[in-house]
Amino acid sequence: MNVLVCVSRVPDTAARVKVGEDGKNIDENGVKFIVNPYDEFALETGIRLKESAGANVTALVVGPDTAQDVLRTAYAMGVDKAILVKNDNGNSDSYSVAEDIAAVAKELNSDLVIMGRQSIDYDSFSKSSMVGAMLDKPSISVVSKLEINDGKVLAERDIEGGKETIESSLPCVISVQKGIYDPRYPKLPDIMKAKKKPIDIKESVNSGVKTEVLSMGIPQTSRVGKIVGDSESEINEIIDALHKDAKVI
Amino acid sequence: MSKILVFVEENDGNLKRSSNEALSAASKFGSEVIAIAVNANDSVADAAANYGANKTLNASHDLLENYSSVAVAKVIAQAAKSENANSIFLSANSAGKELAPRVAVHLEAGYIADCVDFEDEGGLVASKPVYAGKALIKTKVNTNVGVYSLRPNVFTSTENKQSANLESFSPDLSDSDFSVVVKEVKKSEGKIDVAEASAIVSGGRGLKEAANFNLVEDLASSLNAAVGASRAVVDAGWRPHSEQVGQTGKTVSPNLYVAVGISGAVQHLAGMSSSKVIFAINKDKDAPIFKVADYGIVGDAFDIVPKVIDKIKALG
Repeated sequence: MNVLVCVSRVPDTAARVKVGEDGKNIDENGVKFIVNPYDEFALETGIRLKESAGANVTALVVGPDTAQDVLRTAYAMGVDKAILVKNDNGNSDSYSVAEDIAAVAKELNSDLVIMGRQSIDYDSFSKSSMVGAMLDKPSISVVSKLEINDGKVLAERDIEGGKETIESSLPCVISVQKGIYDPRYPKLPDIMKAKKKPIDIKESVNSGVKTEVLSMGIPQTSRVGKIVGDSESEINEIIDALHKDAKVI
Repeated sequence: MSKILVFVEENDGNLKRSSNEALSAASKFGSEVIAIAVNANDSVADAAANYGANKTLNASHDLLENYSSVAVAKVIAQAAKSENANSIFLSANSAGKELAPRVAVHLEAGYIADCVDFEDEGGLVASKPVYAGKALIKTKVNTNVGVYSLRPNVFTSTENKQSANLESFSPDLSDSDFSVVVKEVKKSEGKIDVAEASAIVSGGRGLKEAANFNLVEDLASSLNAAVGASRAVVDAGWRPHSEQVGQTGKTVSPNLYVAVGISGAVQHLAGMSSSKVIFAINKDKDAPIFKVADYGIVGDAFDIVPKVIDKIKALG
């Protein structure tokens, strides 16, 4: 089975966001970049399929040269092969990235494409469905439990107020979320070995972006900011304010 | 003049609230609103007309007895083509977030996810939170047709009665569109999901142990609210991930968000700071949660929460 795991490189969740000089993107100065946390679950899922079913696992990043570091992490965790499709930031959207992923999946004859449920930068939850549609194959998003038997995928996903179980044929594209498998920590010798492994660099084949960012801002909300102590009268005062002023209880 | 196709979902004979919100937004920003429902009762046309639909298409096909995201995305795209819609609106709920990107690919259209506002600048300009709400972008599609998913609980659903106009729609589908199907749905009885709730009470590590979450549950039930949790308590295994609020959990915008024993890590604040009113209870007066709170009580949650519940009950 050929498994393709798509990984992206995003600002650390603890990072504070500032708008950059162009007014459309974040200021990357001093921002630490990490492997998209959901993609770590995708990598772990792929590597488990290698261990349990002998899958051949390739990690893929679509992004600038600097994104190579996340492929080193993927190697250290245990993937067999790594591909970077070069695409400079600022000139990509979910659609164009999905096109590049779909092209690689076709070339590798991937039976299963796995990615995190969302990149925690643009939060669109969109690429698994897009890649599925581009390949004319099924997709299942936000999967928290996965079984593969006899060429069929059985996946559990969260829906509003419950869970649903979905059955799909292979090939298939899935996005995974927390709960599927805990990602392993790479061991130091594996991290060292990963530094020397080859990265296959490909040119982007996408047809261009279909969306455009006009401006970026930091949301400003003015808050009442009434913070009090815990005396009986102060508690009453706050509940009265929630009832009469804010009208939310 | 723009024609907006809105994907609507039924729930016990009515439309889901998220569908009404999408219809209301479409009435506000479009000149003509067409609802598309799949395998619905005929009453769907009345329900959709109440919230501004000028016409409702009800897609029917023998194969649609089973739910397949592949098939439903094709239905929506085919309806968009046959109606020549300029824009397609879906709710950014679990079904909509899965369908919308597929619809966009079928239409070779730009897709903007999780919109929280629109402006009409000759074409639609959407506002969309990024980095879990740490920033907000204004963005537009540069294709003739655009697909948009709308964050639940943000757009107001407003009755805007039109005369009901039902048309049946026969999509072109084949067996291969059903190679992915829903086999089973398990609903958690009586639980309100954080992503849909209009009020949420969340607990954090300040509660000290899993058993103490009954305080949060009691407060939530007094407010008819959903229960949420911080990443720390989900990682500790006290609560399921489905309740996690924050950058690596759910991003929520309820009318009221109550944080109990949550200090307010950057990634938690990112997921809830667009809530309309925030009320925090925490023993540390310097906790970051108080910087985003409208109302706050500094003190021991174990003393304060029971008093808060009594007071809420006294309000009737």
